[in-house]
Amino acid sequence: MNPIDKSIVQPALDSFLNRDVYLHLETTNGAYAAHNRESNMTVGAYIRNGRISYGRGIITGDGPYRVGLKMELGWVYAEGLTDFEMEQEGQLLLAGHDQEGRLAVALELSLHPFEL
Amino acid sequence: MERHVLVVFPHPDDETFGCGGTIAQFAKSGVPVTYICGTLGQMGRNMGKPFFATRESLPKIRETELEKACQAIGIQKVIKLGLRDKTIEFEDPELLADRIEQILRELKPSLVLTHYPGYAVHPDHNALGDVTIRAISRLSDQERPIVHAHAFARDCQDVLGPPDIVNDISDMAEVKLAAIRAHRTQSQLVLGRLANGQLKKPSSKDSYSHMLRRESFWTYHF
Ligand SMILES: [Zn+2]
Repeated sequence: MNPIDKSIVQPALDSFLNRDVYLHLETTNGAYAAHNRESNMTVGAYIRNGRISYGRGIITGDGPYRVGLKMELGWVYAEGLTDFEMEQEGQLLLAGHDQEGRLAVALELSLHPFEL
Repeated sequence: MERHVLVVFPHPDDETFGCGGTIAQFAKSGVPVTYICGTLGQMGRNMGKPFFATRESLPKIRETELEKACQAIGIQKVIKLGLRDKTIEFEDPELLADRIEQILRELKPSLVLTHYPGYAVHPDHNALGDVTIRAISRLSDQERPIVHAHAFARDCQDVLGPPDIVNDISDMAEVKLAAIRAHRTQSQLVLGRLANGQLKKPSSKDSYSHMLRRESFWTYHF
């Protein structure tokens, strides 16, 4: 992955406008957060292959970045995004890594389902 | 001497961090070791340091890391259950127990290493440990292997008492370290911290160097 460049990511978000896209969205503070006493709770959530369509999608902020995808009946939102990758055709990967390089948040879009 | 050791854990690296030295000792003395690995650790947050994996490339990278680690510690055969990280506790436990039971009846291990259900911190550890215990409890007394369960919840000694199996693995420290290194995405951060002296002193029981000397288990009683 490379540090987010909005001038590349914004057109990539636009390329998915009004299409059926598969969404991977997650956030985590690590499966051992509570055990290692890094935090008093282990917190995480993920959606794998949610199918969505959005008519407006924006990346904003000065880094770390935020993304909002406006759907007919709701929103997809992520903050803390730092890096992106577009190596696979029809796929945009965005992730937020902490100072140690650990993934804390991810928002990924794809025209094809993500592998299970 | 054991006839066959079966190891059952959900994530690539559980076999190394928890019992790599013990497995290496069995393998070195000529005991066949089979590893049932539940998932590919798809949802790990460690991506290497500096990070080089993505959420999408991580499973393939971890699969290769697992291969190298198994080579290092001497696991000849890996059976991958193809489950997804963090989801084991939501699967039908009886169906998973069926799969484990079938492997047990085929391999007839004399010893099984798995997580102690309820005391292994990660929900996948507890769930797969539970399923494994279910499968083993379906066997008759004569067929049933010994189970050495791995536990590391903060309260495990309070509830379970001290572990009854404490293996000195000092002779396998290098082998275990090689396997830890093989799990690059999962170990670079912690090995780096160790080198910088940010981890606990060697005298501490939780420390990394302790992990290279001792591995402890609780015999599971049916
Ligand atoms: Zn694990």
